[in-house]
Amino acid sequence: MSMHSTAIPATAGSQIHFDKVKRKQRIKNFFKGMLFLLPSIVLFGVFLFYPLVRTIYLSFFLTDAAGNTTVFVNWENYVNLFSSPVFLQSIKSTFLFVLYTVPVTIIIALFLAVIANEKLRGIGLFRTLYSSTMGISVAAASVFWLYLFHPSIGLLNMLLEAAGIDGVGWLTDPAWALIAVSITTIWMNLGFTFLILLGGLQSIDSYLYESADIDGAGYFYKLRRITIPMLSPSLFFVITVTIINAFQTFGQIDILTQGGPVNATNLIVYSIYREAFVNYQFGSASAQAVLLFIIILIMTFLQFKIGERRVHYQ
Amino acid sequence: MGQIDLIDISKSYDKQKNVLDEINLSIEEGEFFVLVGPSGSGKSTLLRMIAGLEDITSGTLKISDKIVNHLPPKDRNLSMVFQNYALYPHLSVEQNILFGLGAKKVNKKEQQKRLAETAEMMGLSELLNRKPKELSGGQKQRVALARSVVSEAPLCLMDEPLSNLDAKLRAQMRIEIRRLQKRLGLTMVYVTHDQVEAMTMGDRIMVLNDGKIQQVGKPITLYNEPENLFVASFIGSPKMNMGKAVYSMNQNQLVIEDTLRIAQGPDMDDIPGNIDLTVGIRAEHLLPGTAENTTHHLEAVNVEQLGNETLIAFDVGSTLWMAKWLGQWDVQVGEMVPVHIDSGNFCFFDSNTGLLIKSANFVKEQEVVSI
Repeated sequence: MSMHSTAIPATAGSQIHFDKVKRKQRIKNFFKGMLFLLPSIVLFGVFLFYPLVRTIYLSFFLTDAAGNTTVFVNWENYVNLFSSPVFLQSIKSTFLFVLYTVPVTIIIALFLAVIANEKLRGIGLFRTLYSSTMGISVAAASVFWLYLFHPSIGLLNMLLEAAGIDGVGWLTDPAWALIAVSITTIWMNLGFTFLILLGGLQSIDSYLYESADIDGAGYFYKLRRITIPMLSPSLFFVITVTIINAFQTFGQIDILTQGGPVNATNLIVYSIYREAFVNYQFGSASAQAVLLFIIILIMTFLQFKIGERRVHYQ
Repeated sequence: MGQIDLIDISKSYDKQKNVLDEINLSIEEGEFFVLVGPSGSGKSTLLRMIAGLEDITSGTLKISDKIVNHLPPKDRNLSMVFQNYALYPHLSVEQNILFGLGAKKVNKKEQQKRLAETAEMMGLSELLNRKPKELSGGQKQRVALARSVVSEAPLCLMDEPLSNLDAKLRAQMRIEIRRLQKRLGLTMVYVTHDQVEAMTMGDRIMVLNDGKIQQVGKPITLYNEPENLFVASFIGSPKMNMGKAVYSMNQNQLVIEDTLRIAQGPDMDDIPGNIDLTVGIRAEHLLPGTAENTTHHLEAVNVEQLGNETLIAFDVGSTLWMAKWLGQWDVQVGEMVPVHIDSGNFCFFDSNTGLLIKSANFVKEQEVVSI
């Protein structure tokens, strides 16, 4: 009996003691962890979180030319956007642009990656060539394509005329301008997409193909049953990234068309830029930026929802 | 003519050094044939050449009397199990098993029939809807086997299929594979680096080293009459005890590693005295000495108690000799232990060529007694 009565306080006492030490350690660990995170938190805070909050704040105000808030207008900036034909046109162009660029980029890049994955002599040369557009800046590529699209001295029109077809006003015809910008963008994105897909292809275990060879699988059977499913994580990644990139396209528009002709290529980021720095409507520009953020958020969320079922992670 | 014939098969990657050198071999129908050798010996390359996954540099490969050098893997009518199983991670067990049948466009009804049979046989019926990552190592192994069985190819190639399993499961799968092969009458070519697997599973074994055939034969023949020093040291666990030996003609003694002196017996009459000799003796023939028959005293340097037997390492000149004694022996490290060595149990090799001069003559009479 006496053994029990002495034993209980002793264990209880030591229990409390342990808890104290453990809590102390946990607090210490938390601060240590925070210290490691501090550089990122500061950088993200200054360049990402603060601008984000500031943008949302600005989207509820009218501003002067310097960007200072003048009148609180509540949701009016947003309401005006949805009744503005220019903004609606810009949304439409943006979605069309995504539709033109993303599937074509991925299909071409996948094709190039599959043929560049063959083990042949000198294949390194082709791999370098196919991924080379990754090393070219948006500005350089745009200028380069600007010359190709030139109505009189451009190579494309010269080829068309040599074939007996009338030249196209690539960047001046509203029917062609968005397609011309899309072609440029596809060309520019090809290098990166190709490289990611080639990397994905090379990480597929060669045993799988050997086993399929012994089973008597043909080329397309292997492509459909092994390559594409095993590549799905890489495909998913490049689809997400190219969609986000397409929504955020700016550089090539600024150099090739400046949003024209007749706002045909006035994609949403370019529209934000013009609203803010040409028209000095910072409030309205912020509202557009917030909308773009929401659109990309929803698209990415949907992709992950759909992707979960179709992507096979190892 | 066997089912697989290899005639002067060689393989080289850079046209300079042969990875495989003039392999001549005939594998019979329904035979369990094991290729064994250390890593880098070329055994997997040889198997992949039979499968058609590697080009044959020179020589002729025949399967069922037809030359197949030029045929792609799918036209050789064989199945293969890979070391890492090569299961498709994105497909269920059922889809994995049916992958090959789908590729060959076997009709759906036949596919389902074969699937049901195979799954039943391999005990996979409950697991058909699982993905490979949800399976244990042994189950993955069974799926890989099932894929091979379902193809109904008469020839099955296996490349170290058990090396990813733990020891217990490996022993169990050894038996399962052996049973499966017998039941289906498959011709099996099985690659392993594990001589225990080779000994226990093979009808015949080929020992390969440095791209050259060392010996082909029944497991027990390889064990009892190894043709050279490599086979002698490779087959058997613990490995055969070896020692350099010199004849001292005037004293009629054989001196091993400058320490052990063996009186010349009738067994040694036909051993030439003018060449460098290496003698070998199996661990189970280094017997405990009794009061009557003790021939030597050796220093024990390590003792391993296995429960049913005792492994004792003795210091012999520059090497260690292992003795395997039945039962539990209370031997202390450092103790001088009396042993009985019978000169009849020695294998004699020519040290320069490595070739066997004379094998031990214990073979028939003594084995029966000691086991």
